[in-house]
Amino acid sequence: MSSNDVSESRQQSAVVHPIPDDWFRPRSRKQHDAERLVRPSTSYWKDTWIQFRKNKLAMGGLAFLIMLGIMAVIGPMLSHYNVTAQNLVMQDLAPSPAHWFGTDNLGRDVFVRTWYGARISLFIGIVAALADLLIGVAYGGLSGYKGGRTDNVMMRIVEILYGLPYLLVVILLMVVMGPGLLTIVVALSATGWTDMARIVRGQVLQLKNYEFVIASKSFGSGTARIIRKSLVPNTMGPIIVQVTLTVPSAIFSEAFLSFLGLGVQAPFASWGVMVNDSLSAILSGYWWQLFFPALFISLTMFAFNIVGDGLQDALDPNLRS
Amino acid sequence: MAKYILKRFLEMLLTIWVIATLTFVLMHAIPGSPFNTSNGKSINAVAIKNLEAHYHLDQPLPVQYLIYLKSIITFNYGPSIRQPTQTVNDLIGQGFPVSFELGMWTLIVAIISGIALGVIAALKHNGIIDYLAITIAVLGISIPNFVLATLLIQEFAVNLEWLPVGTWQGVSYMVLPVIALATGPMAIIARLIRSSMLEVLNQDYIRVAEAKGLSPVLIVFKHALRNALLPVVTVVGTLAAGILTGTFVIEKIFAIPGMGKYFVDSINSRDYPVIMGTTVFYSTVLIILLFFVDIIYGWLDPRIKLH
Repeated sequence: MSSNDVSESRQQSAVVHPIPDDWFRPRSRKQHDAERLVRPSTSYWKDTWIQFRKNKLAMGGLAFLIMLGIMAVIGPMLSHYNVTAQNLVMQDLAPSPAHWFGTDNLGRDVFVRTWYGARISLFIGIVAALADLLIGVAYGGLSGYKGGRTDNVMMRIVEILYGLPYLLVVILLMVVMGPGLLTIVVALSATGWTDMARIVRGQVLQLKNYEFVIASKSFGSGTARIIRKSLVPNTMGPIIVQVTLTVPSAIFSEAFLSFLGLGVQAPFASWGVMVNDSLSAILSGYWWQLFFPALFISLTMFAFNIVGDGLQDALDPNLRS
Repeated sequence: MAKYILKRFLEMLLTIWVIATLTFVLMHAIPGSPFNTSNGKSINAVAIKNLEAHYHLDQPLPVQYLIYLKSIITFNYGPSIRQPTQTVNDLIGQGFPVSFELGMWTLIVAIISGIALGVIAALKHNGIIDYLAITIAVLGISIPNFVLATLLIQEFAVNLEWLPVGTWQGVSYMVLPVIALATGPMAIIARLIRSSMLEVLNQDYIRVAEAKGLSPVLIVFKHALRNALLPVVTVVGTLAAGILTGTFVIEKIFAIPGMGKYFVDSINSRDYPVIMGTTVFYSTVLIILLFFVDIIYGWLDPRIKLH
């Protein structure tokens, strides 16, 4: 547009809309306040919490998980039965006021064992999820962002970890560290983060060509800062979904190891061990031995998943209503 | 492209070699031998010496390693130590087609139903249908597959007598194992699709497609789903390798003669040739699938360049 056109259009608007002088008034002090922010400024996480709180289903899930955590700590104390005490006279009793969840094939109280199992299963799930977040996200982020040769080498290492027979690693760890909860946790954490690394890498490959990453780079941000501040926050959705999948898969992996006799050792029990032990009991009609641990596994997974979905919606500014 | 494929092919060989070497080291690091872990039967010491000589187990480890490398290159692992009438190739040749058939049906069911559930949930975000779809998906992850398998057998095979189980004789024998096996992957796919669809549906190019007046079906399937598939492709690649080469628990519960049992049994009985054979086979399948995943990445999102 030439300068001639501009003056012409100004003249036109002056002719069509003459503004009378009395429309102009000095600005009052109060109007000056209009620029002040009315809504208190909130941090990223506080904002997330405000969004999360609106989601009733997710809040229900969170409440359930908190209750479960409390019960895992105090549950076994609510009953006078011991976790490992066997009572061969009281075998396979149905739920009753004496044994709220019934007894198992060795006369042990299922109520106490369920809460004791909650401790072990939740511990395994949470440690595996932390390993996923710490190792998997950093590894996948670095691999995807660096690209080229680094990415190639790092992904080949992940493929090797995938390809190795996982049972060999577990059995070897059992030999080196001795059987026990710690060994199981180490084995599951050491092999479990690879899915997360691959997912984060896939997302980062896509994200790193966006303008905001190039902008951050041009301002002189280092690799660690770009991954932490630009890439990972934009991958939060898939990361959180993956974490909520890791918890159940770790709990099930432990159950699978129990299936092979490599899980938590008797007399202690995780939910996976309890479910495994009671699979044959269901044919004899002792449904409660399977029902209670399976119910709590399912409820816990359900709670983790709806909390994950709620968090995902709350963390992503695009999904906010 | 040809150069890229050649380069990847060489890398695949390198990866398989590293996996085979690490497996060799791991399996010899575990105490026990094929002859002393048997079920309580003791074998005469001289017989053990002779057996070890027959399978080259008396040789120093580097020599055994070279023998194994040779067997990998020639695809001939010799007979199984625990089932001497059959070679490792026989075991894989009999088991893999069964596992593959079961695995293919499982993948088809899981992918189609997972994508359908995820897309529906994302389109009806925070509505009743979303909650319903996510509840179905979450229930799928929440029930361990061996529990689901036991319940399915109890209900549909024992109580209702609708479907046969045990062995592998046709389509009707496949229904229950496929359901038991597909539920978990279906749920994983549905949740990943839902979350990435929600992100994609907010992108500007979807708004452009809507502004152009394209039909909702075309927008969802051509513009949105294609971009939402990336995380799913990542997961399906590795899931598929595990499912296609056989799953120990499901094959055991349904008495399916697949190859899943060899992965566990061979390690428990220290059957070295079978461990090596199944590991190399599995990692080959896995690495080929991961290669396809990278190719599909580039195809789904042209901004990702293959080098």
